[in-house]
Amino acid sequence: MAERTAIVGAGYTPLRALSPQASFRELVFEAAVRAYQDAGITPADIDSVVALGEDYREGTCISDEYVPDQLGAVQKPVHTVTGDGVQGLGMAWMLLQSGVADIVVLEGHSKASNMRHPAHVEAMALDPVFVRPHAWNPLFVAGLEMQRFLHETGITSRQAAQVAVKNKGNALRNPIAAYPGHITVEQVLTSQPLADPLTELAVAPPADGAFVFVVANAAGCKRCRGQPVYIEGIAWNSDTSNLATRDWTRATYIEKAAARAYEMAALQNPVADLSFVEADDAYTYKELQHLEALQLVPKGRTGQWLHDGHFDLGGKLPINPSGGALGCGNLHDASALRAILEAVWQLRGQAGARQIPNARRGLVCSWRGIPTATGGVAILSGR
Amino acid sequence: MRRVAVLGAGLTRFMRRSLETGRELCWEAASAALQEADLTLADIDCVVLGTAPDAFDGVHMKGEYLLDGAGGKGKPYVRVYVGGGTGVFVVPAGWWHIASGAFNTCLIVAEEKMSSTQPHPQGAFNAIYDQFTERPLGVNLLWIFSLEMHRYMQTYGIPLETIAKVAVKNKKNAKDHPASQVAGDFTVDEIVNSEVMAYPVMRLMVSPVTDGAAAMVLASEEFARKKGGKHVWVEGVGWNLDTSYWTNRDLAYPQYVEKAARMAYKMAGITDPRKEIHVVEPYDPFAYKELHHLEGLQLADRGQAPRLLEEGFWDRDTTTGIPSSPSGGLLGVGNPIAAAGLMKAIEIYCQLSGKAGKRQIRRNAQRGLAQAWGDLMQVGTVMIMGVER
Repeated sequence: MAERTAIVGAGYTPLRALSPQASFRELVFEAAVRAYQDAGITPADIDSVVALGEDYREGTCISDEYVPDQLGAVQKPVHTVTGDGVQGLGMAWMLLQSGVADIVVLEGHSKASNMRHPAHVEAMALDPVFVRPHAWNPLFVAGLEMQRFLHETGITSRQAAQVAVKNKGNALRNPIAAYPGHITVEQVLTSQPLADPLTELAVAPPADGAFVFVVANAAGCKRCRGQPVYIEGIAWNSDTSNLATRDWTRATYIEKAAARAYEMAALQNPVADLSFVEADDAYTYKELQHLEALQLVPKGRTGQWLHDGHFDLGGKLPINPSGGALGCGNLHDASALRAILEAVWQLRGQAGARQIPNARRGLVCSWRGIPTATGGVAILSGR
Repeated sequence: MRRVAVLGAGLTRFMRRSLETGRELCWEAASAALQEADLTLADIDCVVLGTAPDAFDGVHMKGEYLLDGAGGKGKPYVRVYVGGGTGVFVVPAGWWHIASGAFNTCLIVAEEKMSSTQPHPQGAFNAIYDQFTERPLGVNLLWIFSLEMHRYMQTYGIPLETIAKVAVKNKKNAKDHPASQVAGDFTVDEIVNSEVMAYPVMRLMVSPVTDGAAAMVLASEEFARKKGGKHVWVEGVGWNLDTSYWTNRDLAYPQYVEKAARMAYKMAGITDPRKEIHVVEPYDPFAYKELHHLEGLQLADRGQAPRLLEEGFWDRDTTTGIPSSPSGGLLGVGNPIAAAGLMKAIEIYCQLSGKAGKRQIRRNAQRGLAQAWGDLMQVGTVMIMGVER
């Protein structure tokens, strides 16, 4: 039986479209100071660090070199994962379970504004022989997948657009969100077409920000003061990023991760057991596709539930109370950390104007973005 | 923590300009490891990939690109990354996937395809430096190593000819390694008189540009016992990352390697490494680094590894010393960065399981250590394996 592990400290910077006032290291420092204060630790208490990073986005070769100083983790067991926040939390969880560390720090950030041509960066993730030479904007992958999703489920573009309306609306109550707003379905549908049926307002715009968490096992928790949020289930899974051989019909990576996480957390009836879900919504349809994969909604009813307001704050199963990536900004691999931060706040009762009453257990569902089919599921509990 | 066994290992040929794609290299190594373990991909619970800069393969999110070849499709899959230290680090990463109780079997794969970088990977290495203070100088890795090598030689009064003997030893050892790229018989004169790259770093003291992949199958004790037979066990793992501000520390001694080693020794219950480690694969991308690392690993006093080299203490056929880089190391077998690190771990596995063939050391080895290093002369990664006890 796995030992209980918990997030005992959470730190962040507000998310913004631009952050010319600070380097990524300064953003991380700000988040680290908050996290350590929250947890009641000093850098001397840290046993190990897990950081998230991808070279091309950082604009640095071997970008894991620049991790330790701003975290106060020089000459400690520090490593980087080129993965998302759930995968990073998974590494921290395993380090704690294996007993090699009692207190682990998890760091992730986005300095997306440093990328002058993000599409050029994303295009470098496409197969260099078969796909990249076409020189298409990589967003076509999401456009194709959305077409297929709408076809498979019967959900309409109009229904998908409702996701952007909901999430940007929720973000109005989130002080760290970069892109809150009152918008309408019409505005989403008539915004600039990008990769049909995706339009500009159906795509989460990039943002900058940093997150640091302190995670501890039972022995580590004794050395911390922060209010614990327990990790009840954690799993990650990948389908291929190869466009020719992947499954386009569903998010199989989330189906597999969810099955494992539900089993680990021993959830009998996930809808009743979960107070909220933070599901990746880098594109409007992704939130709905991920919900289908999580199998929380009766098959074929996702569109109806959305229309009926079940996913709203105050609904039967609030989805993305934080505002999601559409409302807070796309932080790439750190987006999942933004979702974990929201879960920590909701479960601690610190979510302010968007607090879900009696939030007991939440689910975080992540995705690494195009062209990947990698994501994870974390189930967190306040007690 | 649960015990972790090694069930099999696989390697591709190390070569320049391989015709295989990175994915194919991964597949070749992974399937060889599975075959030796007598398992199929269906038996594998999770996959850990190690590969160094994305710039080499020229693919953003390289881990996702290599996923199919590494066997990650439909599985929990993750890529870990500590620069040049990645190759040995995949062993600790695979270890914690199992030791934590999360999984019973783990396929670890390390890949590098450096020759896709044109005209030369040293160009990509410029981008490892600080954007503002160092990159504009147009520096590459050879430059930083010439600084560190100078400092090491100057601090302890080590002659160039002694350091050249590391290259002589490793290139000779590599003649018996089936994957080797730059093995051969060289004299000290040939090494010191080879082309100057960045004095005192000479061409034959530098590991080559290489394409290749390596893989290993790890399993829980329960799974390994069911499989039967005698196994090699992962007994200790350690890793440590120093400050990014490399200009602020004394380059004569790698403290981060010492800390990584002490973490692994503690886990393995080793109190006197010079007696309890019987074979070692220290990271040798440059000739002096092997000596530098042997000191960091506490297998020689500071500044004394070169003297022991002269005495034959690190030779493969020693019966009183500790054989160092019996594989032939990066200087002989080649240096596909992450794959080279895992090749070193695989050599320890081969030596301990008696599968090293002509490279088998003469002294009886119960325990061995592999170490890698990377980033801005900044990270140490260590893994210790032992035989069935």
